[in-house]
Amino acid sequence: MSAPNKSYDPVEVTALHPDEVARARDEALAAIAAAASLDELKQVRLAHAGDRSPLALANREIGALPPQAKAEAGKRVGTARREVSDALKTRQAELEEERDQRVLVEEAVDVTLPWDRTPRGARHPVTTIAERMADVFVSMGFELAEGPEVEAEWFNFDALNFPPAHPAREMQDTFFVESEDSGLVLRTHTSPVQIRALLTRELPVYVVCTGRTFRTDELDATHSPVFHQMEGLVVDEGITMADLRGAIGAFVTGMFGEGLKTRFRPYYFPFTEPSAEVDMQCFVCRGASAEPGGEPCRTCRSEGWIELGGCGMVNPRVLVAAGVDPERYSGWAFGLGVERTLMFRHGVEDMHDMFEGDVRFTQAFGMEI
Amino acid sequence: MRVPVSWLREYAELPAEVTARDIAQKLIAAGLEVESVDAVGHDVTGVITGQVLEIEELAGFKKPIRFCQVDVGESEPRGIVCGATNFVAGDRVPVALPGAVLPGGFAIAARKTYGRVSDGMICSEAELGLAESSPGILILPPDTPLGADFVELAGLRDEVLDIGITPDRGYTASIRGMAREAATAYGVPFHDPAAVELPAETGESYPASIADPTGCDRFVLREVRGFAPDAPTPLWMRVRLTRAGMRSVSLAVDVTNYLMLELGQPLHAFDRAKLTGPVVVRRAEPGERLETLDHVVRDLHPDDVLITDASGPISMAGTMGGLHTEIDEKSTDMVIEGAHFSASDLARQGRRHKLKSEALYRFERGVDRELPLVATHKAVRMLAELGGAEILPGVTHAEAPAENVTITIPADHPDRVAGVAYGRDTVVKRLRDVGCEVTGDDVLTATPPSWRPDLRDPNDLAEEVIRLEGYENIPARAPRSVAGRGLTPAQRLRRRAGRALAAAGYDEVINYPFVSAGDWDALQLPADDARRRALRLANPLTEDEPLLRTTLLPALLRTLHRNIGRGFADVALFETGLVYRPRPDAPTPPRPPVDRAPTAEELAAVQAALPDQPLRVAVVLAGHREPAGWWGEGRPATWADAIEAARIIAGEAGVELEVKADRHAPWHPGRCAALFADGTLVGHAGELHPRVTKAYDLPARACAMELDLSRLEPKASGTVVAPHIATYPVATQDIALTVAERVPAAEVEAALRAGVEAHGAGDLLESVRLFDVYTGEQVGEGNKSLAYTLRFRASDRTLTAEETTAVRDAAVAAAAERVGAVLRGA
Repeated sequence: MSAPNKSYDPVEVTALHPDEVARARDEALAAIAAAASLDELKQVRLAHAGDRSPLALANREIGALPPQAKAEAGKRVGTARREVSDALKTRQAELEEERDQRVLVEEAVDVTLPWDRTPRGARHPVTTIAERMADVFVSMGFELAEGPEVEAEWFNFDALNFPPAHPAREMQDTFFVESEDSGLVLRTHTSPVQIRALLTRELPVYVVCTGRTFRTDELDATHSPVFHQMEGLVVDEGITMADLRGAIGAFVTGMFGEGLKTRFRPYYFPFTEPSAEVDMQCFVCRGASAEPGGEPCRTCRSEGWIELGGCGMVNPRVLVAAGVDPERYSGWAFGLGVERTLMFRHGVEDMHDMFEGDVRFTQAFGMEI
Repeated sequence: MRVPVSWLREYAELPAEVTARDIAQKLIAAGLEVESVDAVGHDVTGVITGQVLEIEELAGFKKPIRFCQVDVGESEPRGIVCGATNFVAGDRVPVALPGAVLPGGFAIAARKTYGRVSDGMICSEAELGLAESSPGILILPPDTPLGADFVELAGLRDEVLDIGITPDRGYTASIRGMAREAATAYGVPFHDPAAVELPAETGESYPASIADPTGCDRFVLREVRGFAPDAPTPLWMRVRLTRAGMRSVSLAVDVTNYLMLELGQPLHAFDRAKLTGPVVVRRAEPGERLETLDHVVRDLHPDDVLITDASGPISMAGTMGGLHTEIDEKSTDMVIEGAHFSASDLARQGRRHKLKSEALYRFERGVDRELPLVATHKAVRMLAELGGAEILPGVTHAEAPAENVTITIPADHPDRVAGVAYGRDTVVKRLRDVGCEVTGDDVLTATPPSWRPDLRDPNDLAEEVIRLEGYENIPARAPRSVAGRGLTPAQRLRRRAGRALAAAGYDEVINYPFVSAGDWDALQLPADDARRRALRLANPLTEDEPLLRTTLLPALLRTLHRNIGRGFADVALFETGLVYRPRPDAPTPPRPPVDRAPTAEELAAVQAALPDQPLRVAVVLAGHREPAGWWGEGRPATWADAIEAARIIAGEAGVELEVKADRHAPWHPGRCAALFADGTLVGHAGELHPRVTKAYDLPARACAMELDLSRLEPKASGTVVAPHIATYPVATQDIALTVAERVPAAEVEAALRAGVEAHGAGDLLESVRLFDVYTGEQVGEGNKSLAYTLRFRASDRTLTAEETTAVRDAAVAAAAERVGAVLRGA
């Protein structure tokens, strides 16, 4: 087209003529101003600022100019293009603003419409609270032990120092698997897992066990023939009742918060000696309801204390039956009712609610407790 | 055990100011389960003693009515109408004056009745709260002062502690034991009601011997003669019996009951005239029977411990007396038995005959072996004092040697159990408090008292020391932290599976594992289905559901029905739990001794007797999985949701489920999937058989899934190896394949994958996704079209169109070969 060594007057290149540049700029600015929508502006941008727009074409010519002419022509075209570009930006902003004012408003929906299209489920609170209870101990390094629900009487009673025909067996109303001398029962407590843990694990043993247990109680507001327990067991050297109190205290703190007292009352279980029933200070009234003039408390029935469960030092006879040397090792064990804990921690008033499977009950508790 | 506090105070010198509630707290701290503290008699006021002066029989009424003049210690007698006839002029009686209040807030006022003004009421025992019912009014002894406050006189006001007794503390099933505990708790003197001077044994009374010393090691008989059978039980005794929860029967029976309550020693009274020949304590002989006091003729068991005479059995030892030697309203000559029987033998005997009695309750918990002589002595003395009987000289005392228990402990043993430094002196003091004889310094030898047969082991002694020093004084030691390994993979999977199902919209339920044989029919299980082989409970809660579940579904379907019945049409439930699958020919488990660990063989034998108890998870669905709404149509829950539930769980285990069509109850035979993990059957899912939904009264097309987590869990993939994330572009190929309708989609996909694999392009295939299934004219009768998107991507380059087309062709060719697929539009 043109040769660089030729003397060349930019004015002679029509496209670079000042008037021509000004005209192209003015047309562009007018079109930009006239653009009524973002779509129109897009067209205007193509026409007046695109690769084939007059100013873009003019710009290409600059390269062919002799060096002395380049600066001036470049400045002229550059200024025009900048003006167009600025006008485009301004108009773009104006039109976007206008769209935001108008179109997005028109697109508005009723965000208060309900959306229950993908219903959420929930886990049973007995499951989740049992996990939570166990996790207090798991976080201290305990492991979660397990055992069968249809259990041999030897594990459920004999090895736990329930002598045959001893009245202690009657403390636990037992479901027997037919026939009555089958030697099989539905475990009446999670304590047989103590024996299983001691027989299968290396000492020392630090375990908890949560699981289903069975007694021949009719279902009523506070009893169920099927219920859940959490069992804790420690067998190590030098274990004392002070360790047991410490562990129960840690559990109460983990489940109910700081600063609650616990209380041991002497009791009897064949598999622990000494044995105790353990109460915790009511986590709602913190004992105040039992003081003279205290506000009544539903959670503890104004007794100030809530019964947690039973515990004690593992009876050395149990250690012997499980092959542990009681001269060297001692241990503690406890058993707590999961449903009971759920009832007082969450105000469940009727045991029926836990076993009827009404979705409203489960739904209230969600995934964790 | 109901313990009147006034009775307790008779033997424990409790400070006058302590209340029944204080005592209750102290006893609780000592290990006695005080369940309630009942104030009794506090609601009775205005009852005084009087004497009937004259009786006027009023005629013309349907029943006899008397108008009595009663001297109540005032200047003038009062006129009182009375409907009872068991009294005569001169009798002393309790009189409720106008203004008096009787139990239950029953206020007495002067009122006109039967044509006379009754200026008060003559009271019966029932009206005074002393009996459930009474035949007539209460007649007081002739020496009763007139005008005295009857409530004071009879000791009507009291506090009664209701105390639960743990099986180890048999001695507290008595006022004697409770008073000892209360005295120790307060550190005050205890006066043992059993501390009586016994007469020198002057030869035998009624002849008796022990033939079986394993069942009875002490047997004492005493005799009285000339007892007045109509002698009344004194008021004080009746009040105490009532407060302790016992009914007054007759003086002779009341005396034996009273002493049992006070001392803890059950006594039995035989009518001397009904005995024949010497008494022998022995076991039952084959075929022997005994009619007991409750008029039941019992077939006796060779292990039963019996009291017999020449006629045969006359009493089931310590359990229940025989009817034919019982004392009656005419008995004047009596033989009083006090004995010490084997606790375990009697416990078995009671259970064998399904008998409970106050005597048995005490014997199976252990009775003080030293009591029979004392209690029989007190009994004959009371019968003499209160019933005019003559005590015959002589004491029959048959005895077998008893084991002498001593326990040796290091003096610091309680310290090491409790984690408290008590010191030797405290330990010795506390052991002596409970009645032990203690000797030794660093090592103590303790001989437990006769009333504490439960003390056998070092820890038993430790407990006595620790409880008397106060459990509240045991410090808490911060838990040691141990190096645990956390939850097992199976335990974690179980939690994840629950969370995943809940996140997918399922609500967890917990059902009882009890089912009925009718459930097997309702589930349409074939006659030989293994799930029909279920364990049966010997003592089910209801006869309707005696079996243990072999599948989670029946209870889950009932719960589904219950929710629908409560107005929830769209329900998705899940349950996780064990099922119980008996092993054919499982042996009866052995019961190894417990004085050592079981051997490996013994353990294996116990284990072999247990049923398989796999952990299952199941879901049931009805109604919509997604409800209809303002957004449009809802989506009904289908067989596919049920299978998806299984995939969700398998996904949590990192297992790819293989799905195959199956026919398996309770599912719809054409809509049932068998689920496999790595070739192992792990469960089934699909739509329920219409007969099943009908049997459980569920909406049509309800769906279910049941998966065996115990089988799935071992298939879980191990540690995940991170994938390489290629950033080169994806190349997609859409294909539509026509196949015969019966060809499962899973097989078509498997064929496509195999084709890609065979082409050596397995690494390139990112995914195969079925996006459309079409049947209709265009694909011909009996055919369907399956449309897939294949996505390819290489990790090191951009794939060319030629490459991906070649792989696609290989996939299609494999599908053609394996399942007869034809590429549409080709």
